[in-house]
Amino acid sequence: MTRHRGGSPLLSARLLVLLLSADVFALCASASPVPGGANGQPAGSPPAAARPVLRWGGDSEGGAPFVEADPANPAVLRGFDVEVAALIAEGLGRTPQFVQVAWASIDASVRRGDFDIGMSGVEDTPARRTQLVVTIPYFQFGEVLTVRRADRGKYRSLADLGGRRVGTLGGTQAYELLLDAARSHAVVAVSYDDDVHPYTDLANGRLDAVLLDNIIAARAERRTAGLFTEPSAVAAGRYVVVLAPGQEALRDLIDAILLAAMRDGRLERIYRTWEIWDDSQAAFLRAAGTRAPSTGGGETAEPTGPLAATLRYLPAVLRAAVISIVLSCLSMALAVFVGVLVASGRLYGNRWLRLLLTAYVEVTRGTPVLLQLFVIYYGMSSVIRLPAFVAAWIGLGLNYAAYESEIYRSALLAVPVGQLEAARTLGLTESQILRLIRGPQAFRLALAPMTNDFVALLKDSSLVSVITVIELTKQTQIFAANIGSWVVPGALCAALYLAMSLPLSRLARRLEKAWNVPQS
Amino acid sequence: MSDAVLSIVDLRLSRGSQAVLRDVDLEVRRGERIALMGLSGGGKTTVLRAVCALDPFQSGTIIVDGFGLKAGPVPRESQLRELRRRVGMVFQFHHLFAHLSVIENVSLAQVHVHRIARREADAKSKSWLESLGVGARSGARPSELSGGEAQRVAIARALATDPPLLLMDEPTASLDPARRGELAATLVSLTSAGRTLLVATHDVAFALSLATRVVVLADGCVVEDGPSGDVLARPSHPATRALLQGERSAGL
Repeated sequence: MTRHRGGSPLLSARLLVLLLSADVFALCASASPVPGGANGQPAGSPPAAARPVLRWGGDSEGGAPFVEADPANPAVLRGFDVEVAALIAEGLGRTPQFVQVAWASIDASVRRGDFDIGMSGVEDTPARRTQLVVTIPYFQFGEVLTVRRADRGKYRSLADLGGRRVGTLGGTQAYELLLDAARSHAVVAVSYDDDVHPYTDLANGRLDAVLLDNIIAARAERRTAGLFTEPSAVAAGRYVVVLAPGQEALRDLIDAILLAAMRDGRLERIYRTWEIWDDSQAAFLRAAGTRAPSTGGGETAEPTGPLAATLRYLPAVLRAAVISIVLSCLSMALAVFVGVLVASGRLYGNRWLRLLLTAYVEVTRGTPVLLQLFVIYYGMSSVIRLPAFVAAWIGLGLNYAAYESEIYRSALLAVPVGQLEAARTLGLTESQILRLIRGPQAFRLALAPMTNDFVALLKDSSLVSVITVIELTKQTQIFAANIGSWVVPGALCAALYLAMSLPLSRLARRLEKAWNVPQS
Repeated sequence: MSDAVLSIVDLRLSRGSQAVLRDVDLEVRRGERIALMGLSGGGKTTVLRAVCALDPFQSGTIIVDGFGLKAGPVPRESQLRELRRRVGMVFQFHHLFAHLSVIENVSLAQVHVHRIARREADAKSKSWLESLGVGARSGARPSELSGGEAQRVAIARALATDPPLLLMDEPTASLDPARRGELAATLVSLTSAGRTLLVATHDVAFALSLATRVVVLADGCVVEDGPSGDVLARPSHPATRALLQGERSAGL
């Protein structure tokens, strides 16, 4: 997905999470003294050059204890997933080689052959089992509720959270649980693109609870003060290794390696190193280790055809499309309004106002809209806690206002000076000239670039998923992640964007004709 | 002095280090039709622009029908309302409002400056356009008009608010010779109602058929001033002779 402005959203999102979370140093500090880190550096020291490579894909944005860059040496990866990958590679007689991939894209990436195996907190879901080749689970986690310490004991289960806002990472089993709870208990499910901001939003009151993997919850509790995680899990989940369809033979080998590691205590050692070992893990490994490796792979999957899945997701996708178009229209209205004021101020204002407005335009245009959304939603949350949709509206509107103001400024400058002088000799005031002569002609000139920007804005509105607004692109991602295919969701998403942008272009052309704007 | 519509005293105007008008004195009486002549760059247009407060001047005074303009920056439009009622201007390139129809161009100032009801203003505009021979073009856009039609619409627009003094800059520039005589006749009929005309032109034939008085500018000063027949028949200044010379070599 390429976007008009702003580059890769995921990459910048990660950067921003680091930039904006003041706790990032605390996070590194708490992670660095973990024992055994120096011992288990699988990716750093290739033992024998002759050995074939096992390419494994994961997301180091997931951070400790999954996969993270070593704070002491960012070129080296560490984490329990790194060590499990090394264990698998060792068992296969291969050298592990890490491939960075966005967490949400692990499935799609392994399917197209970017790497041999995908892992790093990849959950065992029915959809995955129908779409990919999946190993036996190697780790069990609990989906746990984290609340503010003041609410300790108040929300022990999702049923206690009726009408409350509960956040999680989008595209996860936890998000599916929340969607179910939204139907059964009227819980308000809020999806995030990362697993840091749900907890900061919980601390500052935007959320009432966060549902996520116990490992993530424990990390968040260390990082963010004033949080409490309910000890009993809402549900259990398991991490698996995923492979491309047709890789059953390799999968069976890996299953055998994992089973052996469960029996001889090597997995236990890794988990103890990373302090994620507990009684339930012990019970899980004991039970799993005595079971034979799974063979069929799809035995737990519920059969869902693409049509049935599409029908199931259609209402949500259409609702997301409505959010996209409403958000875009409101943002464009704000952008036009502020843009006109900024352009007028830059042409008619005094020196200081001109300087101020020029600075606004340059800063707004010169920094990514993603950063601006983060600042408005998260960065300013200690001062003013805007609802996500309002933050998205203001963020997109003010960002586009900078672009619109430049369009209007150049359009205003393009209106012939002679007409303005003629208007003066007729006795019109400066504001009348702007309103009756300069503005209307500038608006006609600005119409084509404005239409262009509106279409760009419609697509840029997909960026607001980073601040928990679920719009069309995000909903499509969720849809695709859950059915394990991009074909139908992608086509549906594209069709909806076109259905929204094409009528707009037509309307603009019709207006241009009606106004006699010279056609090229 | 009492019947002076326009009085310019010691007008000096420079653009940067370039002195455009050095010392211009001119008194225009009510009902006069004056051709302001001179070679290109002589300052004709600049005088008109100073009179309608489009350009600032460095020293001197301009008094239009009792309203005084002082040296220094151009005042804000809110302080020029009285001037705008007194002076109409027709630009060389007309500068009609491109997004408005012909009749909207003519009615604009009546509606928004003089607060006349739209219907009344349109009726008045229509009669002006008809008297200038472009009544049939009321609904047209400026881009659809010929040069001569645009010229007439621009005149109608300037006259619609009934200013006692009308300034015109090179009105014959976009007209062929036959049309120039026609325009001169139209302008003469307009002044029969006591209106005063100050027309910048270098067109000698047009000046002769229009003006009661000719003022010649050269190097930013008035070098000749008198009844049009006298000045153009017996030129005393090289600039006037050059003007006549140019006209003859152009085939007239």
